[in-house]
Amino acid sequence: MKSYEITFIVDPVLSGDEIKATAQTYVDQLKEVGATIVHVDEMGLRQLAYPINKRSSGVYYTVEFTIEDGTPIDKLELSLRRDERIMRFLTVRLDKYGVKYNEDKRKGLIGKVKKKSKKGSQDKDRRDRNDRNDRGDRGGKSGGNNRNRSESKPKPKTESKAATATAEEEE
Amino acid sequence: MASRDDIKFLSNPKIGQKRKKYCRFRRYGIKHIDYKDPDFLLQFVNEQGKILPRRITGNSLKYQRKVATAIKRARHLALLPYVTDLLK
Repeated sequence: MKSYEITFIVDPVLSGDEIKATAQTYVDQLKEVGATIVHVDEMGLRQLAYPINKRSSGVYYTVEFTIEDGTPIDKLELSLRRDERIMRFLTVRLDKYGVKYNEDKRKGLIGKVKKKSKKGSQDKDRRDRNDRNDRGDRGGKSGGNNRNRSESKPKPKTESKAATATAEEEE
Repeated sequence: MASRDDIKFLSNPKIGQKRKKYCRFRRYGIKHIDYKDPDFLLQFVNEQGKILPRRITGNSLKYQRKVATAIKRARHLALLPYVTDLLK
């Protein structure tokens, strides 16, 4: 059992029903060859980063599925290629992390988690650095006999003081 | 000691200090890079839409490769441009 993901862009000139029908035909085609559809994600109308076939926007669809044998995908790709309503498509084999990622995304974990981890990580970083500097601070104060390090130590001291001061202000 | 204390305030201590680069994927345990998330991939691309090298992003080789493929896939799907100016 292997997991795949097909993303394709449908021509936005078609009416809403036609777009849905186009996507549905490929989902049905997959079902016919024995694939189990995990999820069909309609990403909706998006602006393209560059024009394709003189269109500047497109309707994105992502179909995630598992299939025992990958050979029917060739046929599917051929029909996608022949279809004028499809502007682009991409088939990707998903590894276990990809499957997990998509599951988490459906649960609504990823969007938040990723952004959180991004922002949170930066915050953490700042905190970490402050902590470290604080520690260095204390070391510098208490240990008066480390003269060799005193050249380098006092410098971060001032910085950390400033940093902590600003941090406190922010809080 | 006092004189030394004075001196240390005269120069900006941050000058000349380098922040250690790290691989965010390893540090935060991100295992999969989604090619359908252009906002995330924008972090690994310069203003012209070129993939940033490892020496700037600090990614480990394994994840730099994955980032590169994800960006290329996103470009194919017109989620990211191949060439532009003023992307950011």
